Amino acid sequence: MGNNATPQGETPLKRQHIDSGVKFSFLFIALFSITVLSLIMVFLFKEGLPILEHVSIKEFVLGKYWYPTDEPADFGILPLILGSLSVTLLSGLMAIPLGIMTAIYLAEIAHPKVAEFVKPIVELMASMPSVVIGFFGMVVVAPFIQKLFNIPVGLNMFNASLMLAFMAIPTICTISEDAIFSVPTALKEASFALGATHFETIFKVILPASLSGICTAVILGLSRAVGETMVVLMAAGGAAMIPGSIFDPVRPLPASIAAEMAEAPFGGEHYHALFAIGIVLFLFTFLFNLMADFISHRFRQVGEASL
Amino acid sequence: MKRMIKGLLLVSVSLVMASSQLFAGELVIKGSTTVLPIAQKAAEAYMAEHPDVKISLSGGGSGNGIKAIIDGTADIGNASRFIKQKEVDLAVKKGVYPVPFRVALDAIVPVVNGKNTVANLTMAQLKEIYLGKIKDWKELGGTPGTIVVISRDSSSGTFGVWKDLVMKKERVIPRALTVPSNGGVVQAVANTPGAIGYVGLGYITAEIKAVDVEGVAGSEENTLNGSFPISRGLFMFTKGWPKGDTMAFMSFILSQKGQELVKAAGSIPLF
Repeated sequence: MGNNATPQGETPLKRQHIDSGVKFSFLFIALFSITVLSLIMVFLFKEGLPILEHVSIKEFVLGKYWYPTDEPADFGILPLILGSLSVTLLSGLMAIPLGIMTAIYLAEIAHPKVAEFVKPIVELMASMPSVVIGFFGMVVVAPFIQKLFNIPVGLNMFNASLMLAFMAIPTICTISEDAIFSVPTALKEASFALGATHFETIFKVILPASLSGICTAVILGLSRAVGETMVVLMAAGGAAMIPGSIFDPVRPLPASIAAEMAEAPFGGEHYHALFAIGIVLFLFTFLFNLMADFISHRFRQVGEASL
Repeated sequence: MKRMIKGLLLVSVSLVMASSQLFAGELVIKGSTTVLPIAQKAAEAYMAEHPDVKISLSGGGSGNGIKAIIDGTADIGNASRFIKQKEVDLAVKKGVYPVPFRVALDAIVPVVNGKNTVANLTMAQLKEIYLGKIKDWKELGGTPGTIVVISRDSSSGTFGVWKDLVMKKERVIPRALTVPSNGGVVQAVANTPGAIGYVGLGYITAEIKAVDVEGVAGSEENTLNGSFPISRGLFMFTKGWPKGDTMAFMSFILSQKGQELVKAAGSIPLF
């Protein structure tokens, strides 16, 4: 046998067969999951688009009233879209600074032993089931903020945003931390060598160098908040109104689908309208992911010279 | 060839046997989701007593239940309302005579936070509150404070009763909070001092306060004697006077044991 790497009894031809067999089975598995996903998408559009026989796109997207079971029914989802957007924005305002600052602390400032202890805890927060967070918002946080701010009701946009921020922080923190951590040490050392303080180094060298990773983190965190269902169903109040203040109850898109789908008659207008809401939601998250992808490619830090 | 014929014969014989077994005691029940829990409990108990009878249940709403009777796609059609004139006309045109059986009663009671001093509201006041015209408790003689209107999702059966009997088909304001279940209403009302909501009679707990309507307290007794205004009968319709298994099932629901199951399902038994 000598130097021949082929194990005994296996001809090179047989090895080739195994190789191509493995290749095709992986191709098949990959195609299978992609096919299933695209079939779900086809189904979503097939079930959602028929609503346009009853209302125009403009009436659907910009209509101010959502009364799907009335005679005649109103299918305006503007209050729901604004509900989703406002809840996501507000949760972003809370989660982005907290998440990024925690990431900076963990990657740059904290003693390695502290970071080693805190990082798994932040990651554990991400595994908290959303129904638990929603229940917490409904039972504990709602009465608390109702008394604290002396407002009529605690189930509102602020409550839902706070809960969603809790869910977005681990995502934003973990991904940003990875981005900050992977900034080449040479950059940091160069900054120190020029006489910059640690603070200056963080804000003028490390943050710009890891900006694309941080942006991706923020967008992924927010896209989780947009699509989250259980929390907004339980804590947002569920009023299909255009919010005027952060203490108004809102009804984001996923909450409407979850609350109404079980009772919507199969194949009826209401059923199609709910699937159409699904399409709108899909477009939102798709846009978010496209943005994340674009930013991470466009502003990627290549090497140490491009800063 | 012979073998094939033998095989075919066997298959067809077994098919005929299977189908005859299928038709032997099959009951199809369709309709209102409000009546569904009652039908479900009754069907389970009935099937346990009569293993040869198969009952298939589905929801779809009162309209669909009555339509299924007229079309002949169901043996029993559930409805949380009485049959409409339009449906009677359609049935008669098709030569069908739907027979109503009142199997249970349903009462929806307005509830407020335990600290609220308002104890009685008229139907007109309830409607104005849910239309958003009355906004403060002081307009109703209570302690000043914004009224937080809590409603149910538009597809809920409880919402249906509220809409028919209180709102008289007018729209609840968009500002109203919507909660996905009776339990959720209790939770929200208990936690919100200015809240008003409505729940099925069986859901009232010590944490919240039931409000009298037109001076009548929501109770089983007042529902049975017809004095509580936000109540209705729950019906099962059959195609013509029921026979065979359908008859047996209807007698079961209207028996002492059946009515206990009605109570277990959260509705008010007839006796």
